[in-house]
Amino acid sequence: MIAGPGPRSRSSRIPQWVALGVLALFLAGAPSVVDSFTLSQILTKALWLGIAAASLIFLSSYGGMISLGQTGIYAVAGFTMANLVHAEGGKNLGWDPVAATAAGIVVATAFGLLCGAIASRSYGIYFLMITLAISVIVFYFFAQVTTLSGYGGIRSVTPPAVIGNPVLNPLPLYYTALVASILVYVGIRYLARTPFGIALQGIRDDPARMQALGYNVALHRALAFGVGAFIASIAGILSVWYTTQVSPGGVNVAQTINILIIAVVGGLYRLEGAWIGALVFSLIDNYSRVWLPNVGDWLGPERFETVIGVIFLVIVLASPGGLVGIWESVWARRNRAMRGPVEGSGTVADVVDEAVEPHAVQSRR
Amino acid sequence: MSSQFDLRIVPRLVLALAGAAVVAWIAYKGLQDGRIFWIVTLNGITLAALFFVVSAGFTLIFGLMRVVNMAHGSLYLLAGYIAFTIQTNNYGVSSNLLSGSPATVTSWIVPLVIATGVIGVVGVVMQQVFLRWNQGQDLRQALITIAISVILADQMVAHFGGIAESIQQPAAWPDSVQLFGVRYGFFRLVVVVGAAVAIGALLFLVIKRTRFGMIIRAGVDDRAMVSALGVNIQLVFAGAFFIGALLAGLAGALGGTMIAVQPGNDSAFLLDSLIVVIIGGMGSLGGAAIGSVALGLVNSYADVYLKFGTTDLTNYAILLTFVLVVAMLAVRPLGLFGRPA
Repeated sequence: MIAGPGPRSRSSRIPQWVALGVLALFLAGAPSVVDSFTLSQILTKALWLGIAAASLIFLSSYGGMISLGQTGIYAVAGFTMANLVHAEGGKNLGWDPVAATAAGIVVATAFGLLCGAIASRSYGIYFLMITLAISVIVFYFFAQVTTLSGYGGIRSVTPPAVIGNPVLNPLPLYYTALVASILVYVGIRYLARTPFGIALQGIRDDPARMQALGYNVALHRALAFGVGAFIASIAGILSVWYTTQVSPGGVNVAQTINILIIAVVGGLYRLEGAWIGALVFSLIDNYSRVWLPNVGDWLGPERFETVIGVIFLVIVLASPGGLVGIWESVWARRNRAMRGPVEGSGTVADVVDEAVEPHAVQSRR
Repeated sequence: MSSQFDLRIVPRLVLALAGAAVVAWIAYKGLQDGRIFWIVTLNGITLAALFFVVSAGFTLIFGLMRVVNMAHGSLYLLAGYIAFTIQTNNYGVSSNLLSGSPATVTSWIVPLVIATGVIGVVGVVMQQVFLRWNQGQDLRQALITIAISVILADQMVAHFGGIAESIQQPAAWPDSVQLFGVRYGFFRLVVVVGAAVAIGALLFLVIKRTRFGMIIRAGVDDRAMVSALGVNIQLVFAGAFFIGALLAGLAGALGGTMIAVQPGNDSAFLLDSLIVVIIGGMGSLGGAAIGSVALGLVNSYADVYLKFGTTDLTNYAILLTFVLVVAMLAVRPLGLFGRPA
């Protein structure tokens, strides 16, 4: 059985696309509702962080791979692009920003394929550790090689003319991020239905059986990691345009963990969770610095990481499926009450286990 | 057997050749200047000793309980801060002799013991409160420990600030010792390496010779069976977590004296532990020892010998760590002594 994230009938899929369309329209109209500060600090940020988290969720929900390497990969994209265009610090090679963007995405995707080839034979917790090592090594690389990262980062990175200056006019970047998000979302949903996507989900559920059926398991996983890298590199490019700079400090372990937190808070096994998590993250990031009261040394406007850490902890303890998981388990409970127990419809917790330890689940059954 | 050429030999062959080239280069440089070679080697070994103490705890916890304790680095750093705070506040020790006194053996040992013990208890509390009821869910446990490490890292910045501090070693101890014709730091060479060797031997004896060790070894192979035989496996788990955290704490106090106590050390030492166990194989003490030596030597040789004529590549030293991990995984996906979960 190939259990996609939530096997659902065609009839329930149509309202889903309608909902997506309505949401896209609403987001397209958002700039006329909210002020430019909120637009830039909350919505645009949530969109690009969401793409980064989506690359992680794509790997976890369809490939059963929890990767902490996405930050390292988007760092490669961002730094490549920033070195190629006009900027302060870095190589300042003066390429056309569009060509540099393409180059950044290509380099990061190639790097992702290399990392995928390395990590593809590892599963679960080993995979998590190897990809964490990749991210941290990329961080140390850029922190040490100052010819490529400037001293303390590359500033005033030239974006394409279309984007303009995101500080003066946040609209173009917002729409770019919105379009990119929609394309990423639709693209992943499409990919999941291709033979490659189906095979990937089969590998997620039972690698040994897929191997026996003649599929090249390691190759599929490595390619999926390459796709994840491609998505992450889009987020990396957007992040550089968003902040107009890129520095090693922006891609450190904390940022690696932040992307993981976004994915987990939103829901590791539902693609929508990426942007939901990113929105929650941006909101807390922004408002906790204003509203958080001082409680000794323990809490205060500076202690954003503590707040997000506690929320992360609570979500992990209470609902492994994240915010989307909470909604889904309520939904599933309602359905079960109506239909009685259905064979094979696992809870969110089962899906979590299954993604991590397919064999353990097999042997338990 | 057959004339068919086995493709799997290719990566091994390439790696063997690359390894031989590296050894030849280091030997060539070593013969040029033996003094520097010894100092660099000793740097690597003393670093490896510290890595071993940290990663032994990490690998012990994983081996028995399949818990990847992502807060291991945070425990390491917290121990350093606790020891530093006790030494400064309760003993008035300071590196600046105008504002404080030099450290004595007591004012070094007591903070170390307290910090180590506190971290051991913190580890057990963490395991009992957050991890015990999630047994068997590796990923969830890893995420929980990541959350804890995020909170701890932020709280440590809040309470101890962002400045690098250093625990003072006893002033009575010599600064350096003579070995192979070079003078080398006494603390690094004698205390840290001594501690690592003692801990390695002790852990080896405990695991191979005692009843507790027997239960741990049996638990690594089959938890359910050990439990069925009437062993209180939860108690064993708590004990293993205590020892694992204890080792992180001890390493933190040692590392805080040898190098420094500063923010960022938590993720640095978590990464080092990860790399050590990826190389050595998760859950294997011998693997941790070999992985530590490999990582320590690669780090220190790369810092000095990555110069070819006028081309200075020492900035790229971190990439060699990456190469080391990649090379190991290409040949053995589970590390040197790793076994499938």
